[in-house]
Amino acid sequence: MELALGLANYALFMGVFIGIYAILALGLNIQWGYSGLFNAGIAGFFAVGAYTSAILTSPEAAGRIGGFELPTVVGWLGAMVAAALIAWPIGKVCLRFRSDYLAIASIGIAEIIRLVIKSEDALTNGSKGINNIPRPFGDLPYVQSQMAYLAIVLVVLAVVYFAVERQYNAPWGRMMRAVRDNETAATAMGKDIAFRRLQAFIFGAALMGLGGALFAHFNRSITPEAIDPMVATFLVWIMLILGGSGNNRGAILGAAVVWIIWSVSEIATDRLPHEYAVQAKYIRVFLIGLMLQLVLRYRPEGILPEPLGGTRQPTRSGDQATPRQSR
Amino acid sequence: MTLIDFLNFYIVPGVVLGSIYALGAVGITLVFAILRYAHLAHGDLATLGAFLALAMIHLFGVSIWVTLPFVILMVAAISVGIDRVCYEAFRDRPKIITVMASLGVALMIRAVVQVVWGVDTETYSRGLVRPEDYFGLRLRDREIYTVLAMIVLVVALQLFLSRSKWGKAMRAMSDNPNLALLSGIDNRKVVMLTWIISGGLCAAAGIFLGLNTELKPMMGWSMLLPMFAAAILGGVGRVEGAVLGGLIVGIVEELSVLVLPSEYKAAMAFAILLVMLLVRPTGLLRGKVL
Repeated sequence: MELALGLANYALFMGVFIGIYAILALGLNIQWGYSGLFNAGIAGFFAVGAYTSAILTSPEAAGRIGGFELPTVVGWLGAMVAAALIAWPIGKVCLRFRSDYLAIASIGIAEIIRLVIKSEDALTNGSKGINNIPRPFGDLPYVQSQMAYLAIVLVVLAVVYFAVERQYNAPWGRMMRAVRDNETAATAMGKDIAFRRLQAFIFGAALMGLGGALFAHFNRSITPEAIDPMVATFLVWIMLILGGSGNNRGAILGAAVVWIIWSVSEIATDRLPHEYAVQAKYIRVFLIGLMLQLVLRYRPEGILPEPLGGTRQPTRSGDQATPRQSR
Repeated sequence: MTLIDFLNFYIVPGVVLGSIYALGAVGITLVFAILRYAHLAHGDLATLGAFLALAMIHLFGVSIWVTLPFVILMVAAISVGIDRVCYEAFRDRPKIITVMASLGVALMIRAVVQVVWGVDTETYSRGLVRPEDYFGLRLRDREIYTVLAMIVLVVALQLFLSRSKWGKAMRAMSDNPNLALLSGIDNRKVVMLTWIISGGLCAAAGIFLGLNTELKPMMGWSMLLPMFAAAILGGVGRVEGAVLGGLIVGIVEELSVLVLPSEYKAAMAFAILLVMLLVRPTGLLRGKVL
């Protein structure tokens, strides 16, 4: 009985995290899968969302801005707006250039957001982080509260999924893929490439901000440690690539598969004697990196390949790469 | 503040830091221009070099200067190996796939460093080194050697690129890969040479960073942005541009302490990068690739 309850709790916990990561992966799918934009700073937008919502909704605390106690929904919308506002200038400057420039700049923005979070005590309470973030239905008994939050996350995920999926089949999605696959042709068709890319980048970043907000309210607190730029960014990447970039269902499936592997392997390594446990943590990171290599090499289209409207094989077509990428 | 204090407290550390960035940025600029992608594992490769030197010091009890050439060779070989194992398969795919793969490689290298050497901060030698006084300028030996080593390595590289057959082949690949391939240049050799040079310089950058500061598993990752900013600031594909860019980024980072809280030193590279992309995306010395 005890064990069954423990397992049920663990499943709920895992479900919430899969939902949150699925939203991050859907955000990345808009940027990378639809539009071919390499964002290596997911953790930064995640952090902005988490802290924005925390500041907007948490009660007053000494020594930092806050005490707004706004409804959670306002916090979540604020998180999306804040992440979008950070993404805008970065996209504006970098999307005109070679695709690698965005990767470098997004790594930079994530690092700077981390610096700000660590050092601006008046805004983020520095390394102590923000506590007492309200959780919707957080007053219920533990299990019910977890279940309620899982339901909320699933509803948000469903809304996001249908919105993103609808865009995929709408003219906007078709146009984005045209911009991604053949920039020259899209320009010739009169598409404003820079503006469309910027839209996709901002839209994706807003979803990452939402993911961060969902995480902060589930955890009820947020500290700089929760935002490990490498692992947060990297896990989402491997989720999308493994699941199938360009495919929204693939993004969600990838989030589930990778998160289950990641968290079950944590249980395994936690049972090791202490002197090996630390090393094992890094071996897990190594294996995730290796997994990315293998997926990119042997199954670049992922578990669920992009549904093809045309003949293009996603991320595989060296011969028909855009001039921008092949130069 | 007197002029000499200004030089001692800001310019000297800036030039030393800038020389370290320059060593890494030259490698980045070569990979960027010849192989045409941003190599995101460059910083972590430098970390690996720094820790390999530490291992040699501990194992053989030699001085850091003895380890330098060996570690340069080791990291050069490792980077050729990484290219063969991790990047070669993606050569015909869009370049951005290799950028993604290099992010994975960065994580793997860092994980290896963390498993083998742990996560504690290490140093090559204990104790304080007092600076010597040169007409008011206070310089430590290691600072002089860092700058000298940078100059020697970069001059040697420039001579190699301008005088030798293979150096010319590398420049040809960076100018016009199709033409270079048509005129019979062996692409595989050029790729290998690029990795030997950039890997070796990367190792030197890591060792000098470890010598002038401390060794941490994240040290290389935090160097990545300044190195890229330096390469882009100087103009992609320009070796002398990368050196100039490295020095500017290093000096600006040190000077930023005058106006900004010191936590934000690391943000200067990012600011330089964005401003440069806005104002003059080809870089100060007009690089090629955008």
